[in-house]
Amino acid sequence: MLAQRKPGILNRFYLIEIVRGLWITLRNFLFHEKVTLQFPEQRRDYSPRYRGQHYIKTVNEVENCTACMLCPTVCPAECIHIVAGEREDKEKYPIKFEIDILRCCFCGMCEEACPKDAIKLSNIYEMSQEHREVYTKDFLLEQRGNKK
Amino acid sequence: MTPEISFMLIKVAIVLTGLLAVVPIMLFVERRGSALIQNRLGPNRMGPFGMFQAACDVLKFIFKEDSTPTHVNKFYYTIAPWLVVIPAFMTFAVIPFAGSLSMDGNHFNFQVANLDVGVLYCFAIASLGVYGIIMAGWASNNKYSLLGSLRSSAQMISYELTLGLSIVGLMMIFQSVRLGDIAAAQGETLFTVAGLNVPKWGIFIQPVGFLLFLISVFAETNRLPFDLPEGESELIAGYHLEYGSMKFALFMMGEFINMSVASALIATLFFGGWQLLPGLAWVVQQVANITQVDVLLVTVLFQGVSFVIKVAFFMWFFVWVRWTLPRFRFDQLMNLGWKVLFPLGLVNLFVTGILIYKGVL
Amino acid sequence: MSWSMVAFSAFSTIAIISSIFVILKKNPVSSAFSLILVFFSFAGLYAVMGAHLVAALQIMVYTGAIMVLFVFVIMLLNADTPVLDLKESGGLFKAITTFGVIGLLGILLKTVLRAKEIQATGNLTEDKINELGGNFKVISEALFTDYSFHFELASFLLLGAIVATVALAKRKSLKGSSV
Repeated sequence: MLAQRKPGILNRFYLIEIVRGLWITLRNFLFHEKVTLQFPEQRRDYSPRYRGQHYIKTVNEVENCTACMLCPTVCPAECIHIVAGEREDKEKYPIKFEIDILRCCFCGMCEEACPKDAIKLSNIYEMSQEHREVYTKDFLLEQRGNKK
Repeated sequence: MTPEISFMLIKVAIVLTGLLAVVPIMLFVERRGSALIQNRLGPNRMGPFGMFQAACDVLKFIFKEDSTPTHVNKFYYTIAPWLVVIPAFMTFAVIPFAGSLSMDGNHFNFQVANLDVGVLYCFAIASLGVYGIIMAGWASNNKYSLLGSLRSSAQMISYELTLGLSIVGLMMIFQSVRLGDIAAAQGETLFTVAGLNVPKWGIFIQPVGFLLFLISVFAETNRLPFDLPEGESELIAGYHLEYGSMKFALFMMGEFINMSVASALIATLFFGGWQLLPGLAWVVQQVANITQVDVLLVTVLFQGVSFVIKVAFFMWFFVWVRWTLPRFRFDQLMNLGWKVLFPLGLVNLFVTGILIYKGVL
Repeated sequence: MSWSMVAFSAFSTIAIISSIFVILKKNPVSSAFSLILVFFSFAGLYAVMGAHLVAALQIMVYTGAIMVLFVFVIMLLNADTPVLDLKESGGLFKAITTFGVIGLLGILLKTVLRAKEIQATGNLTEDKINELGGNFKVISEALFTDYSFHFELASFLLLGAIVATVALAKRKSLKGSSV
């Protein structure tokens, strides 16, 4: 049921309400704090749980990733491609680690699935590009927006 | 060239440049004003306070591709924007922007054309502006545009009556339709309260008339809350839906110039026109004393300044109201026009007549 | 040639050409727009004659109000009525139109031939009007003193028309048909 609102005689005489409305807008115009964020200079702080651009965490310049293939398995967009290899100390490591960022849906499941805390999603949200690029391993290893 | 002709050309130049300057200024005021009212900042990157944003807008309009849709009536589609702009410019001709000045045996009248019919000329030419809108909507061959122009024509007809009726009271009191006479007559003192002279401004002797005029002028200029012809939420953009680049800019120019003419009319009819604002008479004396310029010349200058200030206030009022009030529904618009404003105008006329007969006014 | 002569020729040329367009245009809206131009140039002609008030009223009433309503109705009805063609009409219609055209042409011819004899009636010359305080004042005074009875009669006629219109509109809506 819609509530029937019966405006009083003063309300139906629009002018008083109009003047009050004009006063409200004037107050906003003059005194109210402006909410605009001047973007390139000021930036909004996102929550640490924000899922932005990917990176692979490194410890002592060595990536945490052991090429266990859990992230490409869990990825719903199938955008992660890993080629596994062996290091001299018999450690498994990714020779190739590519993320097709155009297909990525930023669900963050790779981050959840990773047992070694290697692939992570940072707070970086400015990812516009002029070319359709695939994130390579070198790119991902740069510790951009490291969350620690 | 005789002094009269050269003075005439100067007046025309002043009015034309003034009106053309209104457009970028209002673009800036509209954008920043709306932003500040909505607690945003608005365009503030180009130049100080974003003042050159208007120049960028204009450049964009000029260099944009001027495409004509294939389904339109080419001839009417092309001339429609001009039919909005040209009457808007023409209307300003009879509005005096300063008092008259007698110097060296020459009489200078700061009004482009002192026509016998005065304010009626304004209304006549302003009523032509609706054809641009109707033509644009019809030639666009688009149902939304057509609806917009239909609404526009109905709205114009309805509110023109109230517009005319609201100032008949003023004509009766001042016994003239010439805007120059009306503005000059408003310099008299109506009554004195505690040593302060209240001038015989239209708003003090015709408050209801002022209200009616204000409301109908909003409807005539197609500004919110009466912008039904373009109502973007229901008609996308109404009559200028199919227009782009400079042709669209012409519609916008027409709207802003109509606004300035409307503001000038409000100022002239109800706020003393070029009469000095309270307190400015003292400033005039001081300036004349300091600079040793003829006091008449300084007075005319400050009369122009007063007029511009009054007009600017109402221009701002247009913007202010636009970002405060929501749009009327069409039936509400018609009800307001025919069932409230029109009878009120008649009653106002009747009461004014009685008061004049009794010798009160 | 004086300026008023130039203005007169310009306005009358526009008036004649656009009245021809009113008849020749197949689209009713285009015809209406041409008719607006005719009215506008009439207003220009009145202004050339010094009758500024009549010019302003011509624009306000005919161009600004009546033609807007015309265009409004044409657009609202979206009139796609077939063009009236003289060749396909009946014999009676042809006869009436022919006589009408001949009669009108005769009147026009007579007016042109006797144009020199036509003189302004009444004693209001241009100087006298200016002396009395301008067009506006003179017409208003004449309207509300000498001709007030005629003025009121005309307004009664209009009132009757309004009442008739309202009555017609009411009857239609009572029948339940959509308006």
